[in-house]
Amino acid sequence: MSTPASVRVLEMQMLLLKRIWKTNLTLSFLQPLLFFLGMGLGVGSLVDGRSSSAAALGDVSYAMFLGPGLLATTAMLTAAGESLWPVLGGFKWDGSFEAMAATRLTASQVVRGQFLWLAVRMGIAVGGVAVVLAVHPDTRSWGILPAVPAALLCGLVFTAWITAWAASREYDTSFSNVQRLVITPLFLFGGAFYPVDSLPELLRPIAWVTPLWHGVELCRGFTLHSLGAIEMLGHVGVLVAWLIPGWILCDRFFARRLYR
Amino acid sequence: MTANEQPVIRARSLTKKFGEFEAVRGIDVDVRPGESFGFLGPNGAGKSSTMRMIAGVSPITSGTLEIFGLDPATHGSEIRNRLGVVPQADNLDGELTLLDNLIVYGRYFDIPRAECVSRAKELLDFVQLSDRSSGRVDSLSGGMKRRLTIARGLMNRPEMFLLDEPTTGLDPQARHILWDRLYRLKQQGVTLVLTTHYMDEAEQLCDRLVVMDAGRIVAEGSPRDLITRYSTREVLELRFGAGRNAEYEGRLAGIGDRLEVLADRVLVYADDGEAALREVNVRGLTPESSLVRRSSLEDVFLRLTGRSLEE
Ligand SMILES: Nc1ncnc2c1ncn2[C@@H]1O[C@H](COP(=O)(O)OP(=O)(O)O)[C@@H](O)[C@H]1O
Ligand SMILES: [Mg+2]
Repeated sequence: MSTPASVRVLEMQMLLLKRIWKTNLTLSFLQPLLFFLGMGLGVGSLVDGRSSSAAALGDVSYAMFLGPGLLATTAMLTAAGESLWPVLGGFKWDGSFEAMAATRLTASQVVRGQFLWLAVRMGIAVGGVAVVLAVHPDTRSWGILPAVPAALLCGLVFTAWITAWAASREYDTSFSNVQRLVITPLFLFGGAFYPVDSLPELLRPIAWVTPLWHGVELCRGFTLHSLGAIEMLGHVGVLVAWLIPGWILCDRFFARRLYR
Repeated sequence: MTANEQPVIRARSLTKKFGEFEAVRGIDVDVRPGESFGFLGPNGAGKSSTMRMIAGVSPITSGTLEIFGLDPATHGSEIRNRLGVVPQADNLDGELTLLDNLIVYGRYFDIPRAECVSRAKELLDFVQLSDRSSGRVDSLSGGMKRRLTIARGLMNRPEMFLLDEPTTGLDPQARHILWDRLYRLKQQGVTLVLTTHYMDEAEQLCDRLVVMDAGRIVAEGSPRDLITRYSTREVLELRFGAGRNAEYEGRLAGIGDRLEVLADRVLVYADDGEAALREVNVRGLTPESSLVRRSSLEDVFLRLTGRSLEE
């Protein structure tokens, strides 16, 4: 019986994960938990109860506003962490992609395997956040269940583009700038911590085209039941529209680099 | 031509360019099933570039290439499915155990897990690493890693096994263990294709080989053939002391068939080395040391290119 190629690539990553799962899983829980507690409770105590804030947040507590957004940001941060150095390393340092390329696997199967691995990796981290949200009475909601795959879709967009970037680089010199100049600003301005509407008018359209904002809105919409079907479809559509070209680029760059 | 006689590798005017640079400059190669075939040449000759094209991981620039009668441009995955590969640089997973490295690799070929486990154990036995099977690859010596890479390349029971410099950088003992394993594979009928810049390795393992230099094939034949064709039966090596060898060229003239003056020694090519040495003594020349040996592929290479293989 045959197993999909991407699953067979995933098996290798899972064996590696088995060696480091303790620290890795604890950390991926810890970071969003700290954000949730630190921001949710700290900022929440400043914000909650003021009528102007309540209007801006859409009549929910700050914790309720923030929590779902963290699903999407966690997916993005995990994607960035696992798709820069590890991807370049697979070509350059440990040669794991090169080893795969010598087998019957094709470049696009290697890409799919890498995406599947990232989905699992992000799933672990996002799942951690989801558990925190489910435990907190303010954010507890069945909507968390569909919000998790929504966050993963958002994370896959970042996986695709960041992987494409890393796969087309000869050196890692640009990687810390990707973190500093792309990921961190998105994290801060992508609508997870406050409504994009409270940004200066000039900056708002930037938030609207970035995939993170759509991911955040989608997660929040599911969790707080605050979005209509059309809006949701719109956000999914934008995310898919981002994902496809990133994926195509990955296929190209992997093929070009593995078979040259 | 029956299926059995179909060459496993057939290359015509095979060329590989990297940008403007031509690494492989139009080579013709035929390898028959069950044969063990070598590419002998110095660094930069184009051996790895050729091997990578054969392995279906590097598109050819021009010419034709057929592996198992298939075109790698369109049937890459199918070809790779039937090949075993030992790349020049090991790319094992250092953090995984030996056993897991083999299983994971077998899974890339979609071999069922249970089958992977049993093949992996069998192959660890074959390369004499069973006792380390649950250790991490990181902890292995260079020779052990090479053996593990060989085991890994055999996971899919390949019809043809490609080895790019299998023993470069290994100590003599590790090399002999490896040669022994490869010799066994050869006896089992596996087609071996290897590159090397060690002539003793080529002599040990290859039925037939091509000598490559600067992207071209400069000679082809069995090791014996090549030696008979391009060298004498024996070689007399004379050392007159550092930097002084060239001075003796004139005074040695006429001894043996041919002289080759290197920086550290003079080589006298003669069918009877002892007779040549007597003639040297008769002429009153007193080298610091002298040695009569059989001709090797090194001499063939020197003759063909004017350069030493391992410089
Ligand atoms: N990917 C590459 N890009 C550019 N030049 C390359 C590449 N691979 C090999 N070369 C060049 O091609 C020549 C032949 O290299 P190679 O096939 O590795 O030789 P060998 O294996 O015989 O040492 C060398 O000059 C090398 O620098
Ligand atoms: Mg090489």
